[in-house]
Amino acid sequence: MSHRHGTIRFRVNGESRAIDAAPMKRLLDVLREDLHLTGTKEGCGEGECGSCSVRMNGELVNSCLVPVLQAEDADIQTVEGLCAGGALHPLQQAFLDCGGAQCGICTPGMLMAATQLLSINPHPGMAEIREGLAGNLCRCTGFKRIFDSVIAAAANDQPSTRQAAHAR
Amino acid sequence: MTTSARTRIVGAPVPRKEGIDKLLGRARYIDDIEREGMWVGATVRSTIPRGLIRSINFDQRIDWTEFTIVTAADIPGTNCIQLIFADQPCLADGIVNHCDEAIVLLAHPDKHKLRDGVEAVQIEYELLPAVHTIEESERQETIIWGADNLLKSFLLEKGDVDSVWADAAHIVEGEYRTGAQEHLYIENNGVIAEWSETDGIIVWGSLQCPYYVHKSLLSVFDLPEDKVRVIQTETGGAFGGKEDYPSTLAAHAALLAMKSGHAVKMVYDRMEDLAATTKRHPSRTRHRTALDKDGKLLAMDIELATDGGAYATLSSTVLSRATLHSPGPYVCPNVRVRSHAWATNTVPYGAFRGFGAPQAIFAVERHMDEIAAAIGFDPIELRRRNFLHDGDTTATEQMMRDPVILDQLLDRALLESDYHAKRKRFARENATSAVKRGMGIAAFYHGSGFTGSGERYLNSLAGIDVTPEGKVRVLVANTEFGQGTNTILSQICAEAIGIGYDDVIMAPVDTHVVPNSGPTVASRTSMVVGRLIERASHQLVAMLREDAGLGEHFESDEFFAACERYRSVHGEVVSLCRYEAPPNVFWDDQKYRGEAYPAFAWSVQVAQVAVDTVTYSAEVEDFWAVQEVGRVLNPVLAGGQIEGGIAQGIGYALYEKVVLQNGHMANNQMTNYIMPTAEDVPPIHVFFEEIPFQHGAFGAKGIGELPHDGPAPAILNAIRDATGVSFNAIPLLPEDLFAQLATQPVVAEAAAL
Repeated sequence: MSHRHGTIRFRVNGESRAIDAAPMKRLLDVLREDLHLTGTKEGCGEGECGSCSVRMNGELVNSCLVPVLQAEDADIQTVEGLCAGGALHPLQQAFLDCGGAQCGICTPGMLMAATQLLSINPHPGMAEIREGLAGNLCRCTGFKRIFDSVIAAAANDQPSTRQAAHAR
Repeated sequence: MTTSARTRIVGAPVPRKEGIDKLLGRARYIDDIEREGMWVGATVRSTIPRGLIRSINFDQRIDWTEFTIVTAADIPGTNCIQLIFADQPCLADGIVNHCDEAIVLLAHPDKHKLRDGVEAVQIEYELLPAVHTIEESERQETIIWGADNLLKSFLLEKGDVDSVWADAAHIVEGEYRTGAQEHLYIENNGVIAEWSETDGIIVWGSLQCPYYVHKSLLSVFDLPEDKVRVIQTETGGAFGGKEDYPSTLAAHAALLAMKSGHAVKMVYDRMEDLAATTKRHPSRTRHRTALDKDGKLLAMDIELATDGGAYATLSSTVLSRATLHSPGPYVCPNVRVRSHAWATNTVPYGAFRGFGAPQAIFAVERHMDEIAAAIGFDPIELRRRNFLHDGDTTATEQMMRDPVILDQLLDRALLESDYHAKRKRFARENATSAVKRGMGIAAFYHGSGFTGSGERYLNSLAGIDVTPEGKVRVLVANTEFGQGTNTILSQICAEAIGIGYDDVIMAPVDTHVVPNSGPTVASRTSMVVGRLIERASHQLVAMLREDAGLGEHFESDEFFAACERYRSVHGEVVSLCRYEAPPNVFWDDQKYRGEAYPAFAWSVQVAQVAVDTVTYSAEVEDFWAVQEVGRVLNPVLAGGQIEGGIAQGIGYALYEKVVLQNGHMANNQMTNYIMPTAEDVPPIHVFFEEIPFQHGAFGAKGIGELPHDGPAPAILNAIRDATGVSFNAIPLLPEDLFAQLATQPVVAEAAAL
């Protein structure tokens, strides 16, 4: 395994980047340390918690398990790339309205997993939502309001009606 | 029942104050922060549960001149983490009392070289005999703490239990055990520390209680108060797990910063966090209960023991809360609780949501079902006959002055869960199915705020000020770690003044900026600190009316204009309030008698569980929670607290097992310490009944810990209902179900009884 640095090129949130890094450096560390995209979090370092989830070439990956050499020429999307032109992404808005984020540390990864799910299946049922988010651990919410957020975003629902349901 | 008070902002589902930062990924957690010239710190830990340190050896193949090395000898003040007792060293000095105890600290500019350094420190020990369990500790053959291994004990007595046994119609005994539980906040513990001669220490960290850290640093460094500054950064979950441990970690990083002359970051990885930081106390509770022929409780004799680990830390207060919750929400004329916290050679156990109550309530609520089975009663009916009501007294002889609506909560829970019809249907279906279903309930209270005289000792100070930019700032040391502190306190402030939610911001939690409004623990923030903010807000309006011409009715802009008039005369616009205990509150710390808590939150939970008798897995299929927590300040946040607490309670019951081998956590990874995922958590149905509490902010009582108290007994009661077999220990994993069900066949008609 070589630790010699080399230049690796990929696109992050639509922008071309060239990184001088050891090829086995974790994509997570490249994002956080080299590109200062600290929205992507480390929770366990072994692919269990999903906090470091990013999308790579249209797939959801745990960036703690991806050596940066595998990202050569890849298209990568992180939480920083969700919100275009200042307006919240519909998922971000739904998480805000429905209470899908509490401490917020799993939220970036959860948003990427939800984005991935909706990109494959724009109107998932509850079983599909549960399966789609099963690789992302949240210790705060008990997941229910995350499911509600995904449903709201998928339906492009008016959040006020959903909140009335919670408020009983 | 609903409140008649009309409010605009309190009670509304306003969005989380810091929500947008979290959703955009721009909220700054400790590991997201860099300081100029910052080094990284790491810890060399003990690999044995108990022994004398004979030598510390540094491998010659490493260039140690690149490192900063800190041992106990470098501590300028007292080598002790100040909490309740002063028994826990900041760094082990000559002796270690548990695995993973910190002995040597290293700092280096490069995190990879730092890791090599940690590997290259060898420590030689002379082994001493170690104590690993409650039973070994209480035998007192090996003394590892004090004179008798006893970290704390309590005796609570009401009436005379021993006068009752001879004439009782029924006597039922049981023993119940709970395991350790890891908080598993997704953000591990972490801090950054800086040191300078002029400013002293500054620590940034993921933490719950900045003034606990402050107090501990003063002592470790022997510094005056103004030379220690603690700042909370965005905190990625805590649940009690960042109550006491950050005091140790902050001291470690600050020692390295002082000696190296650099800012030092210490952020644990998951394996280190799991192995070295606190967990929920394991427990063993024995109940002996006397009843009359009508199923009324005559006497409850309770013996409760917890495993406290190697140092006292918070074990005494956890034991106190366990003691006070152990008789459950029932009326009983004769109660005796004897409780003990025992020392063992493991990492000290600490605060975790519920703080002793989940252990005690698991025992009493499981025991109620065992009593029902033993005396041929329906478990619902048995509870109903013994519930506390207004005017009754608890085991501490505290009179229930405020309404107690357990019957109403129970009725609603039975109705919403369709309990009776389901039980009947499951009994029928179970006879011919390999999957056995059952329904189980738990009824309980959780005391809000500090126990007894705790709040008076805390003497919290909190308030608000007004910035020149025209925002009201909430000044509290209470921290946001997901539960909603920022949002709730802003709502209370905006409502009380009569301005908009967006007109209120939170001051940074920085001990140089905010007063000590007490720790963020014990479900006290909404009720106690919220009340201080409500009072401070009213006080500010009164000040402005008196001194700055604010009218009876005003808009936001008129309010802020009055603030500027006030500022031009007084220089600043600040309103602070100090805690005042509700009147007529009496608590005797010696006899454990009186008003144990200013208020109680109440809940009835129902679990529907399926046990597969082929795979021996138990699955919670559906869950209902009905509670009375005073006024609900924000329905989205309150619902989220209940659901999240229930999910953790389900993990506590069926998934989460801390495996200790010779005192070291052997499964210190997320791969093999298993918490419920999105596919494991059932639908959770949450219902609130609201009875405003007159001494809480806008009627609020505590909420955060309550939901974790009930799932474990409700689930194991449902498993008994499904199988007819009693399980009295958690976590209950498939191998435990197998061990008992394979030898004790399922009673097919059990649920039909």
